[in-house]
Amino acid sequence: MCLAIPGQVVEITAADDGLALVDIAGVRRSTNVSLVDGPGQGVQPGDWVLVHVGFAMSVIDEHEAAATLRLLQDMGEEFELEMAEIRDSVDA
Amino acid sequence: MRFVSEFRNPELGRALAHQIRELADPGHHYKVMEVCGGHTHSIYKYGLEDLLPDNVELVHGPGCPVCVIPMGRVDDALDIARRPEVIFTCFGDMMRVPGSDATLLHAKAEGADVRMVYSPLDALRLARENPDRQVVFFAVGFETTAPSTALTMIRARAEGITNFSVFCNHVTIVPPLRALMESPDLRLDGFLGPGHVSTVVGARPFGFLPADYKKPVVISGFEPTDVMQSVCMLLTQLAEGRCEVENQYTRVVPWEGNPNAMRVLAEVFALRPHFEWRGLGFISQSGLAIRDDYADQDAEQRFTVPGVRVADPKACQCGEVLKGVIKPYECKVFGSACTPETPIGTCMVSSEGACAAYYNFGRFNREKQLVS
Repeated sequence: MCLAIPGQVVEITAADDGLALVDIAGVRRSTNVSLVDGPGQGVQPGDWVLVHVGFAMSVIDEHEAAATLRLLQDMGEEFELEMAEIRDSVDA
Repeated sequence: MRFVSEFRNPELGRALAHQIRELADPGHHYKVMEVCGGHTHSIYKYGLEDLLPDNVELVHGPGCPVCVIPMGRVDDALDIARRPEVIFTCFGDMMRVPGSDATLLHAKAEGADVRMVYSPLDALRLARENPDRQVVFFAVGFETTAPSTALTMIRARAEGITNFSVFCNHVTIVPPLRALMESPDLRLDGFLGPGHVSTVVGARPFGFLPADYKKPVVISGFEPTDVMQSVCMLLTQLAEGRCEVENQYTRVVPWEGNPNAMRVLAEVFALRPHFEWRGLGFISQSGLAIRDDYADQDAEQRFTVPGVRVADPKACQCGEVLKGVIKPYECKVFGSACTPETPIGTCMVSSEGACAAYYNFGRFNREKQLVS
């Protein structure tokens, strides 16, 4: 649960509810982006965010996203486990 | 220095290791606490301790949310989970945390409807899909995770979902750090501040460490280079006689934190007068309670829980590990009676826990060191 995984916003699915479809290391999951939304600075498709338990915590740049993803992939089992949980949450 | 090759920028890693050696006063033994379990994980995974001079010691702190949940609260969770009308939801890590007589995984095997969720939003979805059941979410975590619970509760209210409630065990990071500073067991030179918590609360809340205790803080990222650079920044402060909060992780952590997240936290949660931490005891104003306005979603009000305080298992030294007083391998049951497969203490459960991180990575480095 402690991981924050970079994901790329694919589309804003319900702007009023702050929901977006985010591609998290290949898994597309509905993600709440309202914490990183502000007046005139909402996230857009293509933006990278750090996702923690289904919520975007911060907007990051592409370079940071790639580096963080590499660090997580390096973790091995623990990252795999978290990704499996995200996959299961999408299939459920 | 074989681990340096795994750095994003190996040359920078080597340069930082060299710089730290130059900065460290050979006549002083430095103790630096990394507050966050994510840092502990990186330190062991990349063998960063081997890159530091012998007189610069990293001490693991209390920043693993799974590790600090006391046994009595797990018992309360089990009590709720065993009710026939309840679907009890929790993060995967919490399934294996031992209560007095069982884990949630055991309860599930015995027929309780316990389900692992990735997000509190998934717990809310279960409530939506099962209107005739009571869906309870076991909320744990620091300020990083608490806004997610808060937003989920706001959402439940907006949708008029009445069969969803939260068993709230959210905690805040500043009070345990203050408690550590007041503890006579430990002498620290400075702190590596938590990266993800700080994206929410910002850098300002850590200002009490330099102001009240004369301890510098560097908020740090999680890559090995980040941790090395943060140690370097901390030693520079000490060498120059400065003492302040610095932010190494500016690419993710804004100085002011996340105002949206702080707003939803304030809307849904209030500080408890005191909250028990595993191994650290009761710490005042360290836990979040659900505000009266959201009492209808408070599982502790919807269900009567035993609320009994349970002493930590005698053999377990998680408290001393969480305070940084002993290293994981100095615990009597480490690696023998207590392993990630059959944990006695919480520090062995979560992969962010110091004991599990050490068990999975660190001990191999140490064995190698002892042999050579």
